[in-house]
Amino acid sequence: MTMTMTKRSLVFVALLLAAMAQLSPAQAAGEAEPLPQHDWSFAGPFGTFDRGALQRGFQVYRQVCSACHGIKRVAFRNLADLGYSAEEIKAIAAEYQVTDGPNDDGEMFQRKATPADRFPSPYANEKAARAANNGAYPPDQSLIVKARHDGANYVRALLLGYGEAPAGMKIQDGMHYNKYFPGHQIAMASPLMEGVVTYQDGTPATQEQMANDVVTFLAWAAEPEAEARKRMGLKVMIFLVPMTIALYLLKRKIWSRVKH
Amino acid sequence: MSAPNAPQKPGLIGWLDYRLPIFGFMNKELREYPTPKNLSYAWNFGSLAGIILLIMILSGLFLAMNYTPSTDKAFDSVERIMRDVNFGWLLRYIHANGASAFFVVVYLHMARGLYYGSYKSPRELLWIIGVAILLLMMATAFMGYVLPWGQMSYWGATVITNLFSAIPVVGDDIVTWLWGGFSVDNPTLNRFFVLHYLLPFVILGVAFLHMIALHTHGSNNPTGLDAKKEDKIPFHPYYTIKDLFGLGVFLILFSVFVFYVPNYLGHPDNYTPANPLVTPAHIVPEWYFLPFYAILRAVPDKLGGVMLMFGSIALLAALPWLDRHPVRSGRYRPLFKKFFWLFVVNALVLGWAGGKPAEGHYLLIGRLCTAYYFIHMLVVLPLLSKFEKPHPLPTSIAAAS
Ligand code: HEC
Ligand code: HEM
Repeated sequence: MTMTMTKRSLVFVALLLAAMAQLSPAQAAGEAEPLPQHDWSFAGPFGTFDRGALQRGFQVYRQVCSACHGIKRVAFRNLADLGYSAEEIKAIAAEYQVTDGPNDDGEMFQRKATPADRFPSPYANEKAARAANNGAYPPDQSLIVKARHDGANYVRALLLGYGEAPAGMKIQDGMHYNKYFPGHQIAMASPLMEGVVTYQDGTPATQEQMANDVVTFLAWAAEPEAEARKRMGLKVMIFLVPMTIALYLLKRKIWSRVKH
Repeated sequence: MSAPNAPQKPGLIGWLDYRLPIFGFMNKELREYPTPKNLSYAWNFGSLAGIILLIMILSGLFLAMNYTPSTDKAFDSVERIMRDVNFGWLLRYIHANGASAFFVVVYLHMARGLYYGSYKSPRELLWIIGVAILLLMMATAFMGYVLPWGQMSYWGATVITNLFSAIPVVGDDIVTWLWGGFSVDNPTLNRFFVLHYLLPFVILGVAFLHMIALHTHGSNNPTGLDAKKEDKIPFHPYYTIKDLFGLGVFLILFSVFVFYVPNYLGHPDNYTPANPLVTPAHIVPEWYFLPFYAILRAVPDKLGGVMLMFGSIALLAALPWLDRHPVRSGRYRPLFKKFFWLFVVNALVLGWAGGKPAEGHYLLIGRLCTAYYFIHMLVVLPLLSKFEKPHPLPTSIAAAS
């Protein structure tokens, strides 16, 4: 009797949970072009960011995207995650100027960035960014991968989704056809031309390679804790699963005293 | 509580208990508390809800130490928590997914009550207090979702607070009063933070009343029969261990979300800072509000929708008087059982429809399900109370197993 009730309750819970999963707002999104799915190094419960891809992606970000997009939530010290040494990070930071102050004369001043600083954004504010980009706003990229449905695949698809507009579609002045952008007209010109960067590690800089690399970098920028989180998750599971089994056995033992 | 005239027991605890019977109280309500021995795992969700409430209060407390409730700092402060506060990401993911877990568990807890007729005499007040807790949870979760000040925070708050403008005559004034201005803005965020901090402690208090009401007549059980003395066993160790095992299972499932898919139940738009000038393509509330959201949008009239939505919750509180069938447990009610599952499926479909744009066949399905919700409550249950012939009841809990 109790066993069938146990089973019934479990089935009940499982069904409800499965149904809830179907209800999740992630699925409730608008109908968009299906995104090609890429096999990311960081996907899955054991995935980690490929260090080579991170460093190459950082290079793409610095040499291409940073002209228009900031990553203001990332600090130079965070670059240690990419595999850079303290010395290298200091050197990278020193290439940037940040505003500090006011000094004793009450003036704001420019100084070299230190590892404790965050990446300065290319434009002083949204108005300035729009003025320089034909009225369009290049969003800060610190969270872009988390701020879109299936973000990593979306940004990759977006970067590779430029091409000829289908016949009959009118593209407005200063806009570009993109298969994956909502509405298919985007103010950003295709940023990744073959060979626009020369990789320090000698990897050929094809468009797809650069897209994969920069998205890996942006995925890290959005979730720098992801690796630590999954590592902790594993430890937590290794603790919880045997503990729960032990609790179950103990429960059986204690309940064996109860007559039905 | 121990009898006032009981002699003082030896030791420090005895001394304390003679003056303030807190240990005697805990002993009586948490250890000895006589509980029917035939409870299924469907009875695990109450204590689980209580534990989640504590988890929410604790994680919320530490988040509040690092959060800044102002429109130009809120989003940044949450990202500081995610990136710079030690284990801040863990706190935030526990709190955000904990809210979802809370609703999953409480909905299951309520489904248990619905099926086994736990709302029937003498547990009507216990049930109504539960509905009050549900309302408080909804208010708390709604205001909590506003705090990170992302796009969905802002627009969700705008849509939901605007509902009050449907109230005739004074509606607009009420909305201005709620906002503390002429749109959702800094004063709104500030007061939502204060209320979001306050309400869980109110829930804690109301949950205590819930427990007092529960312990007055004791738990219902799968047979729905009144449990006799010989059908009962002490809460400890039997139900403490069973609840602990249930907690273990829950924590495993919960950890899958927190550690591996922490944003699965969230909306990506909330990682874009609030912008009053850009309306998101679809404004959707969190999943646990979707069935009610579907009811809200089922009629073209704003006031009508608001009344239907609050009505759907009010009807839950009225259940003890809508279902007057003398048999408590659905186990012995063949027709009720079928309608119960129809009601569950209906609620899930409502939730699905609530997540879709209110147009075309989504809207139609939402309307049909809304209609069934009210028909179930107002027609099916009263009719079943009159005409349903139950299976023969076992003579006792012992005879049932
Ligand atoms: C010349 C300036 C410029 C450069 C360089 C540039 N972008 Fe953009 N980007 C824009 C503008 C402008 C927009 C806004 C487009 C719009 O709203 O139509 C944009 C938008 C985006 C978006 C948001 C799309 C959405 O869904 O809203 C992403 C993602 C993006 N860019 C990625 C990149 C990446 C990755 C790079 C580097 C490889 C890059 N961009 C380089 C100007 C630029
Ligand atoms: C913060 C949320 C809640 C907490 C902490 C809570 C806690 C509990 C606990 C510990 C029990 C005893 C164990 C059990 O029977 O499962 C219980 C019983 C009960 N609860 Fe809740 N509860 C909550 C919300 C609700 C809601 C929303 C409802 C219904 C609307 C509800 C209705 C009931 C009923 C009817 C019982 C008696 C069940 C029975 O003995 O059959 N509760 N609750």
